[in-house]
Amino acid sequence: MDRRKFLGIAAGASALAIAGSALPKVIGGGSEGGTEPSSAVRWAMVIDPSKCLKKDGCTACMDACDKIHNIPDFHDPKHEVKWIWKEPFENAFPEQENKFTAEKFKDKPFILLCNHCDNPPCVRVCPTQATWKREDGIVMMDWHRCIGCRYCMAACPYGSRSFNWLDPRTHIERMDPGFPTRTKGVVEKCTLCEERIARGEKPACVEACPEKAMVFGNLSDPKSEARQLLQERYSIRRKPELGTQPEVYYLID
Amino acid sequence: MFMFEKAVVGSKRYWAWVLSLCAVIGLGFLCYLLQLRDGLGITGMSRDVSWGLYIAQFTFFVGVAASAVMVVLPYYLHDYKAFGKITILGEFLAVSAVTMCMLFIFVDMGQPMRVMNVMLHPTPNSMMFWDMVSLSGYLVLNALISLIMLSAERKGVAPPKWIKPVILLSIPWAVSIHTVTAFLYNGLPGRAFWLTAILAPRFLASAFAAGPSLLILLAMVIRKLTWFNAGKEAIQKLALIVTYAMIINVFFILMEVFTALYSGIPEDAAHLRFLYTGLGGQAPLVPWMWTSSALALISLVLLIVPRYRHNEKILAVTCVAVFLSLWIDKGIGLIIGGFVPSPLEKVTSYVPTLPEITIIAAIWALGALMITVFYKIALSVRERLPEKAMAH
Repeated sequence: MDRRKFLGIAAGASALAIAGSALPKVIGGGSEGGTEPSSAVRWAMVIDPSKCLKKDGCTACMDACDKIHNIPDFHDPKHEVKWIWKEPFENAFPEQENKFTAEKFKDKPFILLCNHCDNPPCVRVCPTQATWKREDGIVMMDWHRCIGCRYCMAACPYGSRSFNWLDPRTHIERMDPGFPTRTKGVVEKCTLCEERIARGEKPACVEACPEKAMVFGNLSDPKSEARQLLQERYSIRRKPELGTQPEVYYLID
Repeated sequence: MFMFEKAVVGSKRYWAWVLSLCAVIGLGFLCYLLQLRDGLGITGMSRDVSWGLYIAQFTFFVGVAASAVMVVLPYYLHDYKAFGKITILGEFLAVSAVTMCMLFIFVDMGQPMRVMNVMLHPTPNSMMFWDMVSLSGYLVLNALISLIMLSAERKGVAPPKWIKPVILLSIPWAVSIHTVTAFLYNGLPGRAFWLTAILAPRFLASAFAAGPSLLILLAMVIRKLTWFNAGKEAIQKLALIVTYAMIINVFFILMEVFTALYSGIPEDAAHLRFLYTGLGGQAPLVPWMWTSSALALISLVLLIVPRYRHNEKILAVTCVAVFLSLWIDKGIGLIIGGFVPSPLEKVTSYVPTLPEITIIAAIWALGALMITVFYKIALSVRERLPEKAMAH
């Protein structure tokens, strides 16, 4: 084979290799905003921060989640495991930076959780399909398949994923035998209480909120409370410009 | 087995070197057992900086592995004879570096006993799956090529014809391993520092500077310790390759800096600020990054001025400077800098722990041991060649 002939083949082969490896990602990422949900059920969360902020220092939703999901407490922010937590408005919505943010939201804590994106980057990157999107939109985790590579944590633009840096079982305050504990070396996150949804209940955080600031509902159902709220009021989502289509909405009017 | 008998005969100095490498590997193994028992919490990594030096070292050594192509390509495609003697050194360097990469990935896993899940549940939309495919393929290619070429050399016969297309395949394959490794990072929506189309070209440029620099240094060490001389011409040609690659690499970095700073988009600039000036009162990497920049500039001068490049004593210093500069840039700054600040604009410090550093040192030592043993075998085979030729 002469040099020129080989170079041609080599160039073709590398182009093919690159196209081949990029293609699935492109196909997988073809979700558009603004369209009707395609499945009969599309679970989502609508949060009303004004209601949430009524009670200073309230942690009811977080406590409820920690308790029923056997979330460990390592007393160390570096090893922290959290499914639902609070962040100042400026950290939750960094792109909304504004010197004159309305007093009611300025530096105020916002409730954050997994956005259960329509187009989740964490699912796209997982090398073992240990995290996947269900038909009803819940982004799930298989703690028995996860190899602990933490690629999903690098991919999630919301900081919604936690890794068990140490053995969580020795750091659970009150063990709930009704929910599995995790092992060290796997990633975990909010599952929208899929175990409760399966029983026809609402997520624990929604139920625990004394101000009813969190509304859980089916966005495929035009008559659902969540859908009605989004129609009547102005809502924002975290980092919508990334095309992930987050399904946690914040009412800000 | 594969001429390994040649690796177990050697001078006192050889054994002292091998045994001290083994000692470092042993220490690292003990630390790994500790990590296996207690979890990755014994490292400096955290919820916000969820990849650390393990993955950073992996990224750097993918480049070293890919750089073998810089001796294989001129020799096999351009029939550049001066590289004939050192292609095998390049291929053995690739085998050692890819092995190190795989180990760096392995020690970074939270559940290493589940590693086979990547093959049990192949996931083509994950870049990590493709990285596994390209790295293991590259390992097989280079191991096969070096084995066949060296056996042929030992027997004093021409290598079998079928190996030529395998060698040619290894050339685009080398480019692919570093391209796919860049895709690991630059396809992530929330990490502005990595979200740049120039990441793969930049990886290749830095690889083709760092790898051949290491090869020059190895050739110089071998010349000092053994009878084998790679030849002035080969070393000078490698130095020229390092020169061009380093110029392109620095050019690419400056393009990144311009885009981030001139556009004024805060999240693009924030990572550079964390690395070069400090952010949120934290500046752990600032001295490292400026050292890297200074070494890069000094090495550019020493490479570009022919008088300095042609002086082998100065060239040795230059190669150390290039290697160190790129190691800091890619083996520390690139990964840590991508995580800080976090997408929630938090600045979290990452300081590797002693066990973590020991595990890293052990993988480096294992790479050095592989290089030592492979080069010893290759040189022993060649040492016997003249006698063999005479016997015929």
